[in-house]
Amino acid sequence: MSNLKSILKDRILVLDGAMGTMLQNYAFQEKDFRGKRFADFPVSLQGNNDLLSLTQPQAIKDIHVKYFAAGADIVETNTFSSTSIAMADYQMEKLAYELNYESAKLAKEVADLFTAKEPQKPRFVAGSIGPTNKTASLSPDVNDPGFRAITFDQLVEAYSEQTEALLDGGADILLVETIFDTLNAKAALFAIEAVKESRKLDVPVMVSGTITDASGRTLSGQTAEAFLISLSHVDLLSVGFNCALGADQLMPYVERLGRNTDAYISVHPNAGLPNAFGAYDQTPEKMKEMIRPYLEKNLVNIIGGCCGTGPEHIRQIAELTSTFSPRKHVV
Amino acid sequence: MSEKYLKLSGLEPLVVKPNTNFVNVGERTNVTGSRKFLRLIEEDNFTAALEVAREQVINGAQIIDVNMDEGMIDGVEAMTRFLNLLQAEPDIARVPIMIDSSKWEIIEAGLKVVQGKCVVNSISLKEGEEVFFQQAKTIKRYGAAVIIMAFDETGQADTLDRRIEICKRSYDLLVDQVGFPPQDIIFDPNIFPVGTGMEEHRTNALDFFKATKWIRENLPHVNISGGVSNVSFSFRGNNHVREAMHSAFLYHAIQHGMTMGIVNPTLLEIYSDIPKKLLTYVEDVLLDRRDDATERLLVYSEQVKGNRKAKTKDDLSWRKEDLQGRITHALVRGIDAHLDEDVEEARQLVDRPIQVIEQFLMNGMNVVGDLFGSGQMFLPQVVKSARVMKKAVAYLLPYIEEQKDSKQEAAGKILLATVKGDVHDIGKNIVGVVLGCNNYEIIDLGVMVPPEKIIQTAIEKQVDIIGLSGLITPSLDEMVYVAQELERTNSSVPLLIGGATTSRAHTAVKIDPVYNHSVVHVNDASRAVTVVSQLLQKDQESVYRQSVKDDYATFRKNFQKRKDSKTYIPLLDAREQKFKVDWDSNPPVKPKQLGVQVIDQQDLSVLVDYIDWSPFFRTWDLHGKYPDILNDQVVGEQAKSLFEDAQLLLQQIIDGNWLTAKAVFGLFPANSNTADEIEIYADENRKEPVHKFISLRQQGKKAKGKPYFALADFVAPKGTDDYVGCFCVTSGFGSDALAKRFEDNNDMYNNIMVKALADRLAEAFAEYLHKKVRIEHWGYQPDEQFSNESLIQEKYCGIRPAPGYPACPDHLEKNTIWDLLDVSNAIGVTLTESLAMWPAASVSGYYFAHPEARYFGLGKMEKDQLIDYGQRRNIGLDEAEKWLRPNLNE
Repeated sequence: MSNLKSILKDRILVLDGAMGTMLQNYAFQEKDFRGKRFADFPVSLQGNNDLLSLTQPQAIKDIHVKYFAAGADIVETNTFSSTSIAMADYQMEKLAYELNYESAKLAKEVADLFTAKEPQKPRFVAGSIGPTNKTASLSPDVNDPGFRAITFDQLVEAYSEQTEALLDGGADILLVETIFDTLNAKAALFAIEAVKESRKLDVPVMVSGTITDASGRTLSGQTAEAFLISLSHVDLLSVGFNCALGADQLMPYVERLGRNTDAYISVHPNAGLPNAFGAYDQTPEKMKEMIRPYLEKNLVNIIGGCCGTGPEHIRQIAELTSTFSPRKHVV
Repeated sequence: MSEKYLKLSGLEPLVVKPNTNFVNVGERTNVTGSRKFLRLIEEDNFTAALEVAREQVINGAQIIDVNMDEGMIDGVEAMTRFLNLLQAEPDIARVPIMIDSSKWEIIEAGLKVVQGKCVVNSISLKEGEEVFFQQAKTIKRYGAAVIIMAFDETGQADTLDRRIEICKRSYDLLVDQVGFPPQDIIFDPNIFPVGTGMEEHRTNALDFFKATKWIRENLPHVNISGGVSNVSFSFRGNNHVREAMHSAFLYHAIQHGMTMGIVNPTLLEIYSDIPKKLLTYVEDVLLDRRDDATERLLVYSEQVKGNRKAKTKDDLSWRKEDLQGRITHALVRGIDAHLDEDVEEARQLVDRPIQVIEQFLMNGMNVVGDLFGSGQMFLPQVVKSARVMKKAVAYLLPYIEEQKDSKQEAAGKILLATVKGDVHDIGKNIVGVVLGCNNYEIIDLGVMVPPEKIIQTAIEKQVDIIGLSGLITPSLDEMVYVAQELERTNSSVPLLIGGATTSRAHTAVKIDPVYNHSVVHVNDASRAVTVVSQLLQKDQESVYRQSVKDDYATFRKNFQKRKDSKTYIPLLDAREQKFKVDWDSNPPVKPKQLGVQVIDQQDLSVLVDYIDWSPFFRTWDLHGKYPDILNDQVVGEQAKSLFEDAQLLLQQIIDGNWLTAKAVFGLFPANSNTADEIEIYADENRKEPVHKFISLRQQGKKAKGKPYFALADFVAPKGTDDYVGCFCVTSGFGSDALAKRFEDNNDMYNNIMVKALADRLAEAFAEYLHKKVRIEHWGYQPDEQFSNESLIQEKYCGIRPAPGYPACPDHLEKNTIWDLLDVSNAIGVTLTESLAMWPAASVSGYYFAHPEARYFGLGKMEKDQLIDYGQRRNIGLDEAEKWLRPNLNE
């Protein structure tokens, strides 16, 4: 992906917006989630968004199309929860490889279409690697702080499978995102490094942590700097933050990252904080204005949206970023 | 931007920049360095153990070193658990962790549970480039920095040149080949003690300083660390000197480029507060500025030690003491000025000159040992004491030689070795010096000595004692291995165990049981002299050796009692980790004669040679091993007289056919099943089992990879034709009547004697029959030639465990044997309701032929196995519990 790296030197790349928010508009019901293939599956599948890559592939493709059309350079695969660990909630551990593979393939098809149409603006697919629903350095049981619901080795195994499948499906980038426990991310990177080595492949890796609240720390308690140091053993394309906070609240932490790393900086914030009904009501225009200071201060190289953002948010962000130059870093 | 600084993290970052102050690594959460922490971990008190960590962070530790390397604890488990708990304590977890272990699996376990960027302490080139390369690569993948010890394949760097050579080589390999970030490398160029009194240690501190400087100037971006308290090792017990020495050492080390280190802050004097005179003396030693630097510091340290009267050389008041007092004083103080006159005076008082050594001099050396052991004397002083000792011995030597008949009992050959995989030898060398000064010949094999070499040398040089030393934890396992090899090669040479991580507990629990001869844990050089002299004192050695053996057995018993609370694994897990025999490379041998056979009347005279007499003496409360016991100083005379009487009666029994010996045994097609049972078949069709032997499996938690034995493991599963045997022998018919006859004549002595002899004959018969089975009936060992002695020591191939004994505590198995062989009808031996055999002088058991079959102890088992057993045996839980109660973990 020397192409990607050389583009990053010249301009800010735009990442897509939320997948889940877009899917809510479809209002899929249980039978839609199941499709024909899982009509008789023993557990309820409604809410298993990643499964839609198999049962409603056209919807997923359409969303990718909308984001690319809005100006995104990179879309994320619909695989945030496609590890065998997270899929266990739906008794779908065995589908993990297929989910990742098919999702990457869908996104890649759309990306290739756009790249063919606009060769001057190549499009990329980032394989989304989520945190899973278990934490390796936090106990879910307040009475037993030494307990762990998942081990490093189990995470490595699940992440290895996800990584292999995403790469087989055609992902150009691997994006370890929404990291709220750094140990989970270390396991993901451990798996990715091993896959890279065995495939003799230098696939770019992005990591993106999540600062949970105004304490400025991850859920597992690390400061932005400690988080960065904990993951700095890997040659990262970019490091950044996403989710949990709006653009304005995230900025000080993104600035801190930038002061301490040679990697590119990414950010994909939420559309503000959720309202009383759990919905995000930050308009695209408002979000654009929140993003503006990042650009004026030359803080970022990759920018996009997380929860509550849609194609219109991305369009506004893409328009704005095109007039700014990216963060420069010493290499 | 991001310069190449060492960056670590806990919940918060730690960046070591050029202007960063010395980074203080907390050392208290280390089981090898803190007795308190070790105790807390052993007691499973992790809550209090966390407080140790918290206290260190409060006291300013910027990194916490965590070490769980102790032979008696499960390091992987302890490391994982402690670090998991630590993560839940934000005020501790804010600092980075140093994962400290000499075992790779413990390091890796630690790396898997910490989200921050840790330091691994440590790896080195000790095991070669391949291992080094692999470990470094893995550490990088986990995202940790690493401490590199200045070690290589040939040993630990102890000179400036070697330190430079190894660090440079390590650096080049890491940076160029592994792609390890140079800023993540921390070198530990070995801090060794100074002021030991040994010439080669004089430049230890200076070499460290110079190496540090060279590394910082030539190997970009790296940091330097070390364990500071090592430097003052010789001054144990004198904290005043130690504190000054630590801070002076740090002062110079930091000037030379040391950036971090493991330091106990409570053992650190403020540099500028060190009294000027003391500082001069300490720095003279550290910087090797004067030939008499150590001497001067010692004299000074005596003065500052408080109220103890510092006697100068001019103070001759001690000359007024009695002879022993003077000799002791001379030894303790290392004064040889009046030695000849005192030794001569002593010589005049004793019968044989050797007694001067044995009495006067050894008494003095014992005082030295006590003082050193309690930290009141320092190593160099002990070395000086040893020199005085040697001079005294030299004075006596012509007189000793003059009396040709007097054996030179104190002298002996002592082999010393640091075990394979370990390179630490300071302790061993000092033991060598001290023993050498005490007139022992030392054969020092150096460091990293493989067990074969130790054993071969011991045989070739006919050494009297083998001393094993080791400092790092894996050496403990290695020592056990050496002991096993000694046992295997039929050695009887006493074994001394020493070195920092060795312990009485480990020696008693792990080493002593695998070696039938003396094993003594010796924790300091002075005690070594006492122990060696006792081990080699011809007229008392057996008593001493036995007492040590007994001591350890008692210790072990108590220890195991204590440990028995919670170290069991589920039955199903144990089954998964069963002992796996390699049936392909060692296929079962088909017996020459299958089926049941009976011996109606065994010629007793044949059995006499198979008698193991030691238990006979135990019956009479005389303890000792036959035939040594006959010459035992304490019980020898009684033993001899008893033995003569026994021989007399035995001959009468044989001549008069007073006892009748019978046997029944059978060999059957058999296979094990997955439920730890051995299925017995009527014929080679192996269709339906006619009987089943039900075996029990060990559940006491073992080291990873060690099997959990059940007797069923020694029989092949279906698919491989295997066989099993069982037997019952007796020599008891007639003994009751005979015993009664003696009793009626008021001859209780011979009453007991008859029973004791009948028992011995039954055991001898079992041994004899087993041999016949091996050679003829089963015939798997047709060429077997063994002496009676090795039979008793169970050196042959295959085993004959008996129900009711450690491998098979389940007496109910006898019912199966009785059914299978029809024992009652065949030879008349019956079972009581408690499943005791009648006549009492009977032995029954199984035969397992496979060469890998071995005796083991079941130990305690868990309830899950009891339930499973009840179902297999088809009896209620209560009944199962009744039969197996002694083996239940309750």
